[in-house]
Amino acid sequence: MQTKRTTFSSKWLPYALLAPQVIITLIFFIWPSYQALVQSVYRQGDAFGIRPPTFVWFHNFQALFADDLYLNSLRTTFIFSVGTTVLSMGIALLFAVMVNRMIRSRDSYTTFLVWPYAIAPAIAGVLWWFIFNPTLGILPYMLDMVGYDWNHRRNGNDAMIMVIIASAWRQISYNFLFFLAGLQSIPQSLIEAAAIDGASRMKRFWTIVFPLLSPITFFLMVVNIVYAMFDTFGVIHATTEGGPSQATTILVYKVYRDGFVNLNFGSSAAQSVILMAIVIILTVIQFRYIERRVNY
Amino acid sequence: MASINMDKLGKVYAGDVRAVTDVNIDIADGEMIVLVGPSGCGKSTLLRMVAGLETITEGTLKIGDRVVNQLEPAERDIAMVFQNYALYPHMTVFNNLAYGLKNRGFKKADIDQRVRQAADMLEIGQFLDRKPRQLSGGQRQRVAMGRALVREPAAFLFDEPLSNLDAKLRVQMRVEIRQLQKRLATTSLYVTHDQLEALTMADRLVVLNAGRIEQLGTPMEVYSRPATTFVAGFIGSPAMNMLPAEYMRGLVSADSLAHLPSKADLIGIRPEDLSLEPAKENEMSLSGRLMLLEPAGAESHLHLAFEGIRETMVVRLPHVPEVTEGSTLTFSIKREKLHPFDLATGQRVT
Amino acid sequence: MVDNNRWGNFFAHLVLIVGVAIVVFPVYVAIIASTHPPGTFVRGVMPLLPGPNAWENYRTVITEGRSRAGTPPIGGMMWNSFIMAMAITIGKLSISIISAFAIVYFRFPGRIFFFWIIFLTLMLPVEVRIVPTFQVVADFGMLNSFAGLSIPLIASATATFLFRQFFMTVPEELMEAARVDGAGPMKFFKDILLPLSITNIAALFVIMFIYGWNQYLWPLLITTDPEYYTIVMGIQRMVTGGDSEPLWHLVMATVVLAALPPVLVILFMQRLFVKGLTETEK
Repeated sequence: MQTKRTTFSSKWLPYALLAPQVIITLIFFIWPSYQALVQSVYRQGDAFGIRPPTFVWFHNFQALFADDLYLNSLRTTFIFSVGTTVLSMGIALLFAVMVNRMIRSRDSYTTFLVWPYAIAPAIAGVLWWFIFNPTLGILPYMLDMVGYDWNHRRNGNDAMIMVIIASAWRQISYNFLFFLAGLQSIPQSLIEAAAIDGASRMKRFWTIVFPLLSPITFFLMVVNIVYAMFDTFGVIHATTEGGPSQATTILVYKVYRDGFVNLNFGSSAAQSVILMAIVIILTVIQFRYIERRVNY
Repeated sequence: MASINMDKLGKVYAGDVRAVTDVNIDIADGEMIVLVGPSGCGKSTLLRMVAGLETITEGTLKIGDRVVNQLEPAERDIAMVFQNYALYPHMTVFNNLAYGLKNRGFKKADIDQRVRQAADMLEIGQFLDRKPRQLSGGQRQRVAMGRALVREPAAFLFDEPLSNLDAKLRVQMRVEIRQLQKRLATTSLYVTHDQLEALTMADRLVVLNAGRIEQLGTPMEVYSRPATTFVAGFIGSPAMNMLPAEYMRGLVSADSLAHLPSKADLIGIRPEDLSLEPAKENEMSLSGRLMLLEPAGAESHLHLAFEGIRETMVVRLPHVPEVTEGSTLTFSIKREKLHPFDLATGQRVT
Repeated sequence: MVDNNRWGNFFAHLVLIVGVAIVVFPVYVAIIASTHPPGTFVRGVMPLLPGPNAWENYRTVITEGRSRAGTPPIGGMMWNSFIMAMAITIGKLSISIISAFAIVYFRFPGRIFFFWIIFLTLMLPVEVRIVPTFQVVADFGMLNSFAGLSIPLIASATATFLFRQFFMTVPEELMEAARVDGAGPMKFFKDILLPLSITNIAALFVIMFIYGWNQYLWPLLITTDPEYYTIVMGIQRMVTGGDSEPLWHLVMATVVLAALPPVLVILFMQRLFVKGLTETEK
């Protein structure tokens, strides 16, 4: 890893400069993660101290993968992440392509499209929860006119659609900004060359623009999946609370509930470990991408 | 003011990479030494070793009477002008000049006086309140100079200070830097890859190649008696023509090369040493076919080819001759203007 | 321009105007709802035009809160959010910039090791290690405190990376010139590096402030005392606290107030925000 060609020489100063960051990381990141690893291979003792914690090898993990609720949560997380990612990126790409055509109005549209990023996921959840409210909500009212009886309190699919929309809505801004930046970095001369070569507008988009956007698209996919898996806790917790009947219990929500509501620390820790593995895989993928980009 | 003595200086990077080997240079008080060489020859590394920005791994460096090998740059009493100027972008010109003085605890009135004096000398007085980005390239160059001279250091170190300027400004600043240096009589070490800059500015110049000194001498010594084929090829433009002696023997009369030592198997001829005048006593003549004539106003470059030889030759004439391309021309050259080299070692013979 | 074509542009404007309308709609509904008296929500569909009760509703949430459901007045919660967001932001920026300085401008044993320790934090978001992190904070007695709300969140790999990237682009010669000018490491940091980093610091400030303000899970775990509730988590208490249908007019007034500070930050510092966002993730 690089430094500057010449560096300052001091025996203690760099350590002092790193100390705050490293100490906080050790106490609040490394140590708890280690604890999660340890707890994941123990069965907890009881509250009265009669039965001490016992070492149970991978029992907690085996139990998890034998548990229909956990498998269901995995499936739910998958549907939720893919749904949120596709919806949010699709809309953002459409907006970015349209805004990129504009010259004078580009900044005004951008201003209107970026601010939802400022809304906390929990608040985004509450907003859409209100709009979808079965008794007062405007959308169920409209759906009723076309004969659909919306009720996310009873219907798991309705609930899933609602949390996906709420999560995707807030993320549009982010994807939009990256797509727009990507589009603006495509040299106009390439598109003009394709036009001279006789490619139609649609053909130009799919054969020139979209392939050139693919690094950004890939990057955004990873970021969006990470967002959907971990940052949307607020959306779920503030609205459906994982229901109805577990239909929106994504993994992060389940870790929380098993740990803090059901007080099943062993299982919660095992779930944490699995989540960490997922994050590490995603981060490695993302990092490889970053390296590749740097090498361009 | 001080002299600088480099005694067997060397630099080896981690992993046994050699950058500089066995450099001995004594810079007299007030002298301007120019280090010249192609990129990667170690000239910048050597300068930075003198500055204290690179550690010295071999040898001894003295500035004045002090051995400064272990001293921080700030303690060496030197000032440096960087290639990209390295002006602090967020500070005004005044503060750029004053920063080093402030760090050394100069009094405010003293700083003020020194900065204004330097600014007057460099004619940047009206820019003192501006930020570097509001200045032109030449003005930035002057500020960089100013930052060096407010400190009144024992030595100036210049790291290719003119290479970011356009050709016209470069000539102008070259003259100014040299005049200023002569006026202040400050010991200076100047790095450049431009042989013309080296020839015009140096009291003495040092040609470096692969971390070693190829030749050290006054510009005229180096130009008229290059010590190696490397120096011969590097100093002078167009570059010196090099022909194997056996080819030369086929081109000129047999006794023309008799005065040269037997080991001289490579002959160098400067393009401007050839003339269209008929050969006189102590001169020899040589004929070639004119392939291309490049008129350049006051002078011209003639490219010659010879029967049965792949090597070509460039001739520089101080006028544009009336000749046609494709014709055969005969040139004369003084015998003492031939530069004999040993092909195997690259060294000059005699 | 190849792409200029009247119908195409008309179509693009149409798509964007509809798009913007959809994006804005939820917030529009919230603002409208916050201006109605409670009676509006008892019957029928949510209102789409402003009502007469704006002043009354906002006054209620700001000064009284909903004591029945255990949520304190908004004013206090907003203040808590502000303190937490500022503490997280300033904390993250300070410790990141000095660690990046150490990593880029010094060569010392263990440098790579420390770099990796910091990098690991990127891989371990709070959400995946909730229980043990909570236990650590509890053991330190930091529950229900601003320290507990902010300190565990101020280690930041992203900010450290951004500063590292930026420092790598600062010309080498500036540091060398400063050394020749007699500046030591900390003087160089203070006089040269910090002023040069101002734009980056400001851009990161915007991103981090939004991140801090929008924290949800962490305050939910750390605070049991309403004294320390932050506004974003407080909304959840208002929505689910009590068995009856939420008091929508008050909930929406709170939502609007909770979203206002970060939205204003983005709107007024859009350029910095865009810079911060697109550069931190590269």
